[in-house]
Amino acid sequence: MAWFRKEKKVREPRRERLEIPPDVWEKCEACGHTDIREKLVRNWHVCPSCEFHRRMRAHEYAALLLDEGSIEETEVDLKSTDPLQFPDYPARLKKALGTAGDSDAILTATGTMERMPVNLGVMDFAFMGGSMGSVVGEKIARLAQRSLEKKFPLIIVSASGGARMQEGVLSLMQMAKTSAVLSQLHDRAIPYVSILTNPTTGGVSASFAMLGDAILAEPGAVIGFAGPRVIRQTLGQDLPEGFQTAEFLLERGMVDHVSHRHQLKQTVGRLLRHMSLKPVASGWDTA
Amino acid sequence: MGTSALEFEKPIVELERQIEEMRRSSAEQSINITAELAPLEHRLAELRREVYRNLTPVQKVQVARNSRRPFTLDYVKLCFTDFIELHGDRAFRDDAAIVGGWARLEGETVMIIGHQRGRDTKENIHRNFGMPHPEGYRKALRLMKLAEKFHVPVLTFIDTPGAWAGLGAEERGQSEAIARNLFAMSELQVPIVATVIGEGGSGGALALGVADRILMFEHSVYSVITVEGCAAILWKDGKSPEMREKAASALRITAPDLLELGIIDEILPEPEGGAHADHAAAAATLAKHVGEQLDELRKLKPEKLVRRRREKFMKMGQFEE
Ligand SMILES: [Zn+2]
Repeated sequence: MAWFRKEKKVREPRRERLEIPPDVWEKCEACGHTDIREKLVRNWHVCPSCEFHRRMRAHEYAALLLDEGSIEETEVDLKSTDPLQFPDYPARLKKALGTAGDSDAILTATGTMERMPVNLGVMDFAFMGGSMGSVVGEKIARLAQRSLEKKFPLIIVSASGGARMQEGVLSLMQMAKTSAVLSQLHDRAIPYVSILTNPTTGGVSASFAMLGDAILAEPGAVIGFAGPRVIRQTLGQDLPEGFQTAEFLLERGMVDHVSHRHQLKQTVGRLLRHMSLKPVASGWDTA
Repeated sequence: MGTSALEFEKPIVELERQIEEMRRSSAEQSINITAELAPLEHRLAELRREVYRNLTPVQKVQVARNSRRPFTLDYVKLCFTDFIELHGDRAFRDDAAIVGGWARLEGETVMIIGHQRGRDTKENIHRNFGMPHPEGYRKALRLMKLAEKFHVPVLTFIDTPGAWAGLGAEERGQSEAIARNLFAMSELQVPIVATVIGEGGSGGALALGVADRILMFEHSVYSVITVEGCAAILWKDGKSPEMREKAASALRITAPDLLELGIIDEILPEPEGGAHADHAAAAATLAKHVGEQLDELRKLKPEKLVRRRREKFMKMGQFEE
């Protein structure tokens, strides 16, 4: 890797360079800063030089947001099938299961966050681009059901290119399914916090991701209904700088906060402590 | 698209022209040719039946998109009385890609909301080819809430290639607008009957589709993505007929497919030669079936109605455990 040697020469002290084999280094996509992978992992994949939020796996978000030792994965037995007999889908699934693990495109877990019991779902972009098929919809529905039963707040971290094409209209209906279960949480005043990471587009952004009682977004995350490529096509020209980023959505009133990854847990915790059902006012007026 | 005949309809159009020609010349010469025409008309009916019985999925896409097909406002004119269109989302502007308003079906007030395409270029530009912006969905939401306030059922008509993908649509929250409708329709306290009358294109269609009953015209389609989009993403070729055909078949987008997948409740039969061959007949079918569904739904208390609607969608999907 030519880029690596060149970068290393500029940025890294000689002593470290000699001791560490090249495959443990990683380079920031945004600024080119090169660092030891281990150090980036410990920094929750935030570039120490430019604060770029790199992509992070679902289990890492669970570790970031839930209290240590409290994480219990749920809905582990749900597996995608090939209901439409779609060309190449079984092969793609098999590959994803091999490289991204067996939680499909969302990991669901129950645990505590700052000692409050919560249910957490984290989408995993590594599994077929975080696409939402029947399993993702069902896992969200069941996780929300758990929240309904126990009155635990629901938190979902999104990272998705949209619906899973290979399950056709069944995937499309997961948008309705997840929205329907959220309307039940709404009826019972159980809080739901949605966290948008890079990227959150298509059917996921146009359903549960945009329905949070509070919506947080990670810095720089691309969020939108149509992906930038599609819009560029319909426009026939390049998009304005920063279009569809978390910061752009904040300015346009579409999200509540852009939260640095290191502050996510604390911010969600504070929100949840506000969003607990208070007693109805008994009233001053005795007449 | 366009008003020209579809490729597979050419034999039908040719025969129609022939019959028309004979009629005209016989009228000019005051000759009665009823006897000569009968076998040709018989053949025409047969040909229509034959062609439309064997449509491939990609041909159904063409039929669904055909600009001669009845649109929402055509059905409004043919099935309903006392229609008063309501405009605007009260926040940004009126989106002509979605129309809605009060109307009567068999004398009873209903709220109608539907995508609206255009028949010619000028109207299509005005209607943005039936592809709504966020304000279109927000108008729809406003009308649904209005209907709920007066305990009036909502009838939606789905006919869109999809929600608009553009700068303004994104800036004003296309995702949020669609999501909000899915959410609101999951808790609306009045009956909702949705009918796919043409193309049901992804989230932009579903935003009017979370209903107690979902009906689909025989030759309409409903899909998570356009066949062109699917072919372009998966096989890097959204243009060639072979790849479009492959995508159309793989996606399972026809009315029988959706019935089998447990998504829709009923298929509405189309007249011979498709809904565009006889608007009045298609409208009569629509009015009859929607009316029947409404009669059933009106018997349910709001809590039960909403609970069942939620359960209906909660059951959708296929997986292993
Ligand atoms: Zn960096």
